[in-house]
Order: sequence, then structure tokens, then C-alpha cells
Amino acid sequence: MTHAEATHRTSTGLDSRKIGMWTFIGSECLLFGSLISTYLVYHGKSVAGPTTREILNIPLTSISTFVLLMSSLAMVLALAAVTRGDTLWTRVWLATTAALGSVFLGFQVYEFTAFVHEGLTLQVNLFGSTFFVLTGTHGAHVAVGVLWLLSLLVRSFQGKLGPEKALNVELAGLYWHFVDVVWIVIFTVVYLLQ
Amino acid sequence: MSEQPQHHEQAHPGVGTYLTVAGVLTVITLVEVGAFYVPAFQGWLAPVLLTLSATKFVLVVGFFMHLKTDHHLFRVIFAAPLLIAVAVAVALLFLFGVVAL
Repeated sequence: MTHAEATHRTSTGLDSRKIGMWTFIGSECLLFGSLISTYLVYHGKSVAGPTTREILNIPLTSISTFVLLMSSLAMVLALAAVTRGDTLWTRVWLATTAALGSVFLGFQVYEFTAFVHEGLTLQVNLFGSTFFVLTGTHGAHVAVGVLWLLSLLVRSFQGKLGPEKALNVELAGLYWHFVDVVWIVIFTVVYLLQ
Repeated sequence: MSEQPQHHEQAHPGVGTYLTVAGVLTVITLVEVGAFYVPAFQGWLAPVLLTLSATKFVLVVGFFMHLKTDHHLFRVIFAAPLLIAVAVAVALLFLFGVVAL
């Protein structure tokens, strides 16, 4: 065990950073729970402007959902690679995850732009307000995740991401997968259950 | 520190398991989108989609986030706020009349 690992061990035998990450993810459940609840409470109560049936693009969002799911696969493969000390494939899968996350963000930017052109803005009705706040908050989380992954990639190229640092990748992975499961819920609640 | 730290965390699943889970997630997503477009499903759409979504949620959390094999404390830390969030959501839906008994 390295000195850093020993420093982060708690009386439970678990790493304090991992406990902290799970606690953070728990708090994020409450954040997204409140945003999704707000969306559902105001669903169908808009008195003006475009509504869900008129504006949501299911085929496009289905593709972006698939992209995000595959990014989760790339993330666990990155973790598996760093754990076995495979530097090349760690970089490949980290870069793939970041790239797929960026593609997802591209889809979201395209969708938001199209909605604004069709007259749906943050202020136009309750659907616009709750939709943009919910999906925008999720998109911001994806953006943070992409930056996190890119920072890990840089650390790998600096030679500072070996098997002894696998927990750093695991923590980023926990965050990334959580962003993925939040989208699983949003895709169903917002897009498919109109 | 003379005391040896306890390791409750089990080994993570292998690459084969990850690929299998990703395949199942893809199939479920295809079924979800397919069900959305099939008129015959419209009456059952909500329970079907919620069940499929919950299945995907459990698969990602269980296998990709390793909650299935990791220490039970992580499950508690995650599940407690998740249950509170779901309870608050359900309560609000009843409170605002979105769903009724």
C-alpha cells in the first residue's frame, strides 16, 4: 500500500475519497430528484409556446442516449485497463469516453439551438423553463465530466496515472456513470413519457 | 499504523461482463424507443418504460459503478438519498394532483 492510500484509509477500511464521492453522488440524487420532480409537476401546464409533442426529437435523442451509454462502457474499460497497468488502452478508453461525452454535448447544443429557433426558450412557458433547467444542469455535469476525463488523460501522458492511481480513474468513473444513470431517467421521463 | 486495514471491496467484474451489460443496455434502449412508436403499447407505455428504465439504472449502478460487489456502506450512502428523492417526487406528484389514487 502506498503512503497516499494509507493516508486516505478510514476506520471502515475504505478509502475516504471513495466514501466522499458516493456521498456527493447521494447529494446529486437529491438535486436531480428535485429538478425532475419540478419538471413533472409543471408538465402539461404550459399555456403558451411549443409543447413536448410538438418539439421533442426522439430519434435524435435516442442516438445521443446510445452515445452516452457507450461512453459508460468506454469508462469501465479505461478503469480495467489502468488497473492492469495497460497505459496505451487506458489512454484510448479515456479519450474515447471524453470524445463520446463531447458528442453528447454536441447533440444537446444542436437540440437547444433548434428549440430556440422554434420558439422554445427558458422564459416562454413552464415546459421551456423546467426542460432547459433540467437538461442544462445535466449537460453542465457532462461538461465537467469531460474536463475531468481530459485531465486524467493529461496525467496519463505525464506518466502519473499508473495502476497505483487506479482509484483516481474509478472516482471519475463513478461520477461519469452517475451522469449516465441520470440521463437514463431523463430520457424516459422527459422524452418518452410525453 | 500497526493495524492492517480491512478490505471489504471485492474484485471488479471482467471486460466480458462489461460488454454483456453494454449489450443488454443497448437492447433495452432499442425496446424503449420501439415501444414508444408502437400504438398497441400506448396503454402500457408508462409502466413498461419505467420498468425498462429502472432495469437500465440498476445495471449501470450495479455493474459499471460496482455497487453489486463493493462494500455495503456505499449502497447505503447511495440508496438512502435516492429513496428520499423518489419519495419527495412521488409526494409532490400527489400534492400537485399530477397523479391521484
